Amino acid sequence: MKSLEELKAIRERMKNQMDVRDQSGDNIRVVVGMATCGIAAGAKPVMAAILDEIERRNLHNVTVAQTGCIGVCRLEPIVEVYVPGEEKVTYVKMDPDKVPTIVGEHLVNHQVVTRYTIGEALAAEQGGASK
Amino acid sequence: MKELSLYFLDIVKNSTAAGASLVKLSLSEDGARTLTVVIDDDGRGMSKEFLARVSDPFTTTRTTRKVGMGIPFFRMAAEQTGGSVTLESAEGVGTTITAVFHLDHLDCPPMGDLSGAVALMIQGSPQCDFLFTHTTPRGSAELDTREMREMLGPDVPLDDPSVFLWVSEYLSEQEANI
Repeated sequence: MKSLEELKAIRERMKNQMDVRDQSGDNIRVVVGMATCGIAAGAKPVMAAILDEIERRNLHNVTVAQTGCIGVCRLEPIVEVYVPGEEKVTYVKMDPDKVPTIVGEHLVNHQVVTRYTIGEALAAEQGGASK
Repeated sequence: MKELSLYFLDIVKNSTAAGASLVKLSLSEDGARTLTVVIDDDGRGMSKEFLARVSDPFTTTRTTRKVGMGIPFFRMAAEQTGGSVTLESAEGVGTTITAVFHLDHLDCPPMGDLSGAVALMIQGSPQCDFLFTHTTPRGSAELDTREMREMLGPDVPLDDPSVFLWVSEYLSEQEANI
């Protein structure tokens, strides 16, 4: 059985990591759109997959937050990645299967996964419309 | 939405967006498969005028567009099962939303991943406290973030991935037995 006492172990484990996080200054921010539109489109399993993957890989320089409607509801679930000193990257039509790739390639190796970005999705929409 | 738990995740965001410091989410299922869901917050509350039109999709506080589907969807889901949604609110005091679902109605969505939904409510508003209780004829599950904070101390935020995973697993284990 799990118990509240286990949180003390998390507290101990994080004590040492805190100092590292405060000093590193290269904190990556991941933001998931979780308004009604995002949730209805499947943002919950995407968010769970991101948190799971970050914990599994033990990434201490990443913070994950939820936000409201990003404004392009038809492309939800939407995930934004902010790397200090780089332009914001917006991933659209997310699903949990895309998460390990984005975490591994973008958050760890700093390579944007272009094929999942909003730019690619909008280009594909325009290509479809002109036919 | 495909699962009841997703509606709860969505509606609780109204409470946290209203600046609540404590949100109580209670689910109680009776022997006749009637589920009563109460979301009670101490957020800023709504004026009588706003409350009167809050179930209208063209009422919203969001700034990205002029429709808000949260409460209208929630009301529709409850009413489709023969249930109801009622709202009480007082400015400066808070809001209570009560929904009744008939779980054995054909049009009632499945509960879905309630543990994961509650874990994400907490992760999404780490500054806010949550009291979650779920009672069925088979038993009950409960989680109070104020008790969690006592264990975690002041330095571990509730939005940390390790805390999210713990909440998910802790509640899944309890939910499996009720």
